[in-house]
Amino acid sequence: MAKVEKRRAPSEDTLREFLREMLLIRRFEEKVEERFRAGELPGFLHVAIGQEAVAVGVCGAMEDGDVFASTHRAHGHTLARGTHPNAVMAELYGKLEGCSHGYGGSMHLYDVERGNIGANAVVGGGLPAVVGAGLAFKLRDEPRVAVAFFGDGATNTGTFHESLNLAQLWQTKTLFVCENNEWAESTPGWQHSPVWNDMSKRAKAYDMPSVKVDGQDVEQVYETTKEALARIRAGEGPIFLDVETFRMHGHYIGDPQVYRSKEDRSEAAEQDPIVRLREKLQVSDEEWQALDDEVHEIVEASVEFAKNGTDPQPEDALKNVYA
Amino acid sequence: MPELSYREAVRDALASAMRADKDVFLMGEDIAEMGGSMGVTQGLYEEFGVERVRNTPISEMAIVGAGIGAAMQGMRPVVEIMYEDFLTLSLEQIVNQAAKHRFMSGGQLKVPLTIRTQGGAGWSPGAQHAQQLEAWLVHIPGLKVVFASSPADARGLLWSSIYDDNPVIFFEHRLLYPIKEEVPEQLEPIPLGKARVVREGTDVTVIATGPLVHRSLAAADKAAEEGISVEVVDPRTLQPLDEQGLVDSVKKTNRAVVAHEAVTRMGFGAEVTAVLQEQAFDWLDAPIERVGAKFAPLAFSPSMEQFVVPQPDDVLAAVRRTVGRGK
Repeated sequence: MAKVEKRRAPSEDTLREFLREMLLIRRFEEKVEERFRAGELPGFLHVAIGQEAVAVGVCGAMEDGDVFASTHRAHGHTLARGTHPNAVMAELYGKLEGCSHGYGGSMHLYDVERGNIGANAVVGGGLPAVVGAGLAFKLRDEPRVAVAFFGDGATNTGTFHESLNLAQLWQTKTLFVCENNEWAESTPGWQHSPVWNDMSKRAKAYDMPSVKVDGQDVEQVYETTKEALARIRAGEGPIFLDVETFRMHGHYIGDPQVYRSKEDRSEAAEQDPIVRLREKLQVSDEEWQALDDEVHEIVEASVEFAKNGTDPQPEDALKNVYA
Repeated sequence: MPELSYREAVRDALASAMRADKDVFLMGEDIAEMGGSMGVTQGLYEEFGVERVRNTPISEMAIVGAGIGAAMQGMRPVVEIMYEDFLTLSLEQIVNQAAKHRFMSGGQLKVPLTIRTQGGAGWSPGAQHAQQLEAWLVHIPGLKVVFASSPADARGLLWSSIYDDNPVIFFEHRLLYPIKEEVPEQLEPIPLGKARVVREGTDVTVIATGPLVHRSLAAADKAAEEGISVEVVDPRTLQPLDEQGLVDSVKKTNRAVVAHEAVTRMGFGAEVTAVLQEQAFDWLDAPIERVGAKFAPLAFSPSMEQFVVPQPDDVLAAVRRTVGRGK
């Protein structure tokens, strides 16, 4: 296991900004749940409530020019990398102002300007392209890194294994971020992987350095990612982050979670990364209220923006098929 | 004018693009020192080095997917899938990823990736090394599909495929590699989506792809002895399809045969037949005939293989039927 040698501790201001971002993502996704249940959002959606520290810590450590691919649970990653909540919400409403202009939806959020090369609805489907992007950065000798987010469920796909093997073999500029929430939809880790509680073994099989990370501790996620990115940028090869996190809600909005015990759910609820950071920073009730009011306003404004957005014309469906 | 084999023509297009542009590079199984299982990339490793002629592990998903990722960052990778049959392993990446990133991003991304592959019967490769699967890819919006039948076409079309900003699946045929012809001194790009009239005629149009272009030409020679004038048209690009070029020919001859080596059922010829009846029904004097492989996996034993795969006489029989000369 690779050691994090230099601590790159974020300042208190940075941590407070992280708290704000995490709370924004939380309130955004709670609003998405509410609007979905009200019947306003087409399709189906997955929230990452409980996993905000991974999104904010990893995306906060990335630099301009870095790219990432996300999963079906992509709202947090996208917001954390700087896409405006209006653009994300408008996408969920299927509007032209959305970050994928209404062509993608919740599972296909893109924002190429900010390095988001696509959230993927095929589990494991985005991994090979992140290796390819990391290869391009290496071939062009660019100080950029390509980051892959994926869950523990993805570690059983063929693309995962082919991607890790190729990345390590070719020493591409790629960071693999395994968000291990110990659920593959409704299937618990122990039923889907022999190494479900130590995903770093997957990386070891490909001789790739792996770092275990507490995904509920945004400071640790940030520091570890920062260090990993610096090493990859310097040409030391890909790194695997084995991030332990908790999915506090269901697989999809409306998931009754019949497969999950009350104990497991309350254990996850106790691991709330936002509560943890708030306690660490000793944020007073007044400060908290002010912060919550601020993000609440942003989220409400995003819904207004989205509702007032432009519906694509039906025939727009035939555009963008070819470049 | 220099003479190039089909194999040399493909290689020349690759080398020319790599000399012109550092963003063009190759990935595939056994393409480096060995020069590819069909010898197409021989000499390229020596000229361009290990970084740009990359031997890969046997990982078809990652080969295509890494190509997608590099392409989305602005490079122009050309990946080789050794046999069309192995495209099946990479179809998720081709169908769900390469074909859809531009669309799902609402036009933000481009995927200028070329996927070269080859297949074809006639040398007893058996059921897993000779399928003709081009129709599957034509079915997917977002992909372009090319099937070259001659050295000059292979050279000019591959260049255009590499410089197209969309994912292009470039089909080569095993039996065509040794075929030689004179090609232009300088590589002349051939635009995608333009059919070629290979032989002019007046009585019936045979629309053929790949090796069936050559078998149709052989059939046309025999038909000429019987007084039937056959026009042979090669669409060259299956998607986008030069519908007008095909329709124009059929409006002239009033009869059509479509011919390919792939299985007839749901083959590319089914689509061509539909296009012709939609756009040229009033000009047709006979039902459109289809020629393709019989509905069976490809058997190993030569006599069985020969029976399943369409031969010049199968095209000739179809031509005769369209002009009312029975079987």
